[in-house]
Amino acid sequence: MSKKNASVWTSIRFWRRSAAWVTGTATVLLIWLTFNTMGQISMGSDADLANGVKKRIPAPTVINYHIDYVMDQKRGHEVPVIGQKEPFFGKQWSAEEAAALLHHGKLTSQAKNCMNCHTLLGNGAYYAPDLTKAWLDPRWEDGTMAAITGKNSKEEAMAEFLMHPSQYPTHARMMPNLNITQDEAVALVAFLKHMSSIDTNGFPRNFSQNAKRLEGGTNAH
Amino acid sequence: MLTNAHLKYESQKLGMNYFRVAIVLFGAQLLLGLVAAIQFMYPGFLFEVLDFSVARMVHINALVVWMLYAMIGSVYYMIPDETGEEVVGAGLGKLAFWVLTAAVTVVVLVYIFIQIGSGTEATIWLINEGREYIEAPRWADIGIVVVVLIFYWNVFATFMKGKRTGIMTVMVADLFALAGLYLAGMFFTDNISMDQYWWWWVIHLWVEATWEVFVGALAAYGLIKILGAKREIVEMWLWIEVLMLFGSGILGLGHHYFWIGTPEYWWEIGALFSALEPVPLVAMFVHVLYDWGKEQGHMEANAAEGEKAHAVNNTPAMAWIATNAFGNFLGAGIWGFFHTLPQVNIYTHGTQFTAAHGHLAFFGAYATILIGMMYLGVQGASGIKKMTMTFKTKMALFLIIFGLLGMTVALTIAGYEQVLVERADLGGGWDAYFTAQNLPWMVQAMGWRLAMGVVTFLGFVYLLWDLLTIGKAQAKEA
Ligand code: HEC
Ligand code: HEM
Ligand code: HEM
Ligand SMILES: [Fe+2]
Repeated sequence: MSKKNASVWTSIRFWRRSAAWVTGTATVLLIWLTFNTMGQISMGSDADLANGVKKRIPAPTVINYHIDYVMDQKRGHEVPVIGQKEPFFGKQWSAEEAAALLHHGKLTSQAKNCMNCHTLLGNGAYYAPDLTKAWLDPRWEDGTMAAITGKNSKEEAMAEFLMHPSQYPTHARMMPNLNITQDEAVALVAFLKHMSSIDTNGFPRNFSQNAKRLEGGTNAH
Repeated sequence: MLTNAHLKYESQKLGMNYFRVAIVLFGAQLLLGLVAAIQFMYPGFLFEVLDFSVARMVHINALVVWMLYAMIGSVYYMIPDETGEEVVGAGLGKLAFWVLTAAVTVVVLVYIFIQIGSGTEATIWLINEGREYIEAPRWADIGIVVVVLIFYWNVFATFMKGKRTGIMTVMVADLFALAGLYLAGMFFTDNISMDQYWWWWVIHLWVEATWEVFVGALAAYGLIKILGAKREIVEMWLWIEVLMLFGSGILGLGHHYFWIGTPEYWWEIGALFSALEPVPLVAMFVHVLYDWGKEQGHMEANAAEGEKAHAVNNTPAMAWIATNAFGNFLGAGIWGFFHTLPQVNIYTHGTQFTAAHGHLAFFGAYATILIGMMYLGVQGASGIKKMTMTFKTKMALFLIIFGLLGMTVALTIAGYEQVLVERADLGGGWDAYFTAQNLPWMVQAMGWRLAMGVVTFLGFVYLLWDLLTIGKAQAKEA
């Protein structure tokens, strides 16, 4: 090979520098976008909820409200809609109580490894249903599970199921007993309810469509 | 594989240690994968004894850990060749190896026997963090960071002391980013969206940026070592690959930010950049074949009349590297592109389709070349000039590739059915999920996945057997 490079296209120096520049630019862009995203996905406050300010990730006190998942014609997909206040396990939770509950629920979800069977926000394992909108699932909404577990409210039915899942099987593929205590179960239900209020840009799509077809559910009331 | 007889450098002996643990963990990964696959078909299997979540956790953790072991092993192995120096801290490196191996053993035993804890911080610190792929408890995280710092210091200091080749320059810079990214996965937050945002920094920026560049550097080293390819050309390609991989892969991260609570602008960014990610994978494929053909051509042109010419001095390693070039392109490039646009991903997100891609990509892009590096190690350790394939090498290649392709096809069909029935038709949810799971198409696909998993495992048995015996057998012949 000749000593001198005939063109920049065969110059290592040129490619090395280009690689460094491109990598640097992409990294800077990513960091900049990350700052923007962090602002948009930090949790809202209790006041935001009270004033009807929409946040992509609402405050933990969203558990005090009715949550629905409704088609938004302008955005072209369903969005969570936070409605009137409703009791959660028979009471309203203060901002501190709700935050502590969510904290406990999220910790428990990791300690019990929910994500290695289920998906949360679509990420995880594919052995059991996606839990992103589990709180809104027609089987909880329409009273089926309340009847099976013998509980009066959706949240109590969910908590009972989580504590003794293999006692209330609905399919051959059962959820195992994970030694979930009463407190942990309540916290997990709060975690699930909070997750269902996150604006996921329409994932899962047609969730409420299904609900309508199966009767009961989110669009039907 | 058990001998270091012909290795002069401590660095390379250390590398062999890492390879040995890696292959054991690979076996463990496959066994637990089989358990999980059986549970898909027979949900009563080990129910409330070793549940699916436990089997899967060990399956994917063993995967990540054996790959990191084999990567560290490869770097220790190439250091003396590239820098012309012995690694500066061989003693410390050895200590780090044993500490890491002891820690991994404890973590795996805790996974299998303790499994889960109560919903407290103590569980996150001592048992598992419950976050896919990086479940290792916090104490182990910190241990890993310390061990990796020792490893990195060894690489960096030796690099500074010795020759500074282009390949090592890329390696040193890339390892810095790879190790640093692990820190993004080491904190707890109540905000699940925030959690997933940073989790993907580790997972995506590993497998679609830093690990890919690592493979580029490894392939470059391998081509020089096995084929005697020209360093200038290989290194120029390497820089072009770095440019394309980082240029597309870093912002391609956006394809995981479509539905986790993050803003809509990630649709466009994720779609655009991740759609470009297959380009460098095509380039890498072309590059490997080009160098192979070229060196072989040179050999033949220069060979005397009637003499056989072989450019390749290690055919098992070359076969696995060629498989890597194609597998990376197929598993990551093609199967990744299938579901990377938001218009498609809204339906495929979190289905068996993802699993199909995950298997073929991890296998094609990483398992293959790391196995190739193990053969290079065995060649050096046994002092073989020209290593050639045995019957076992060929059986291993054939069965593992066939098994993985079979599993991927089965999972793709399963995913296709799940996407259409559960997602498009029924719109997700508990009933929709099980309606799709119980259709015969899904059940059959799961059966085939299990069967093909068994084929893969048989291939692994041949691989292990070959790695253990090929060195001795061919050293004797020579
Ligand atoms: C070993 C696997 C496994 C683990 C771990 C697991 N689940 Fe489940 N889960 C299942 C299976 C299987 C079902 C379906 C049960 C049925 O239909 O009978 C299920 C069903 C559910 C349901 C009802 C389905 C729905 O869409 O509403 C909820 C809620 C749920 N799990 C929550 C959790 C939570 C929270 C955790 C973590 C604390 C968890 N699961 C851990 C396997 C698991
Ligand atoms: C014996 C062969 C194997 C079997 C039976 C098997 C089985 C499985 C099963 C059942 C799962 C869980 C999927 C789910 O959540 O539904 C899984 C996940 C996974 N396996 Fe395997 N596996 C095998 C080999 C491999 C190999 C060789 C690799 C890579 C080199 C691999 C990489 C993965 C990955 C990355 C995941 C997570 C996928 C995702 O979350 O999308 N597996 N495997
Ligand atoms: C070697 C490189 C790659 C590896 C090892 C790999 C591996 C994986 C794995 C294991 C997952 C599942 C993660 C989980 O458990 O949730 C995944 C998801 C994904 N990958 Fe890759 N991948 C690679 C390259 C690519 C490329 C090049 C593309 C696009 C062109 C791509 C597109 C995607 C997408 C869109 C998802 C999300 C799937 C979903 O929404 O469920 N991947 N990848
Ligand atoms: Fe990705």
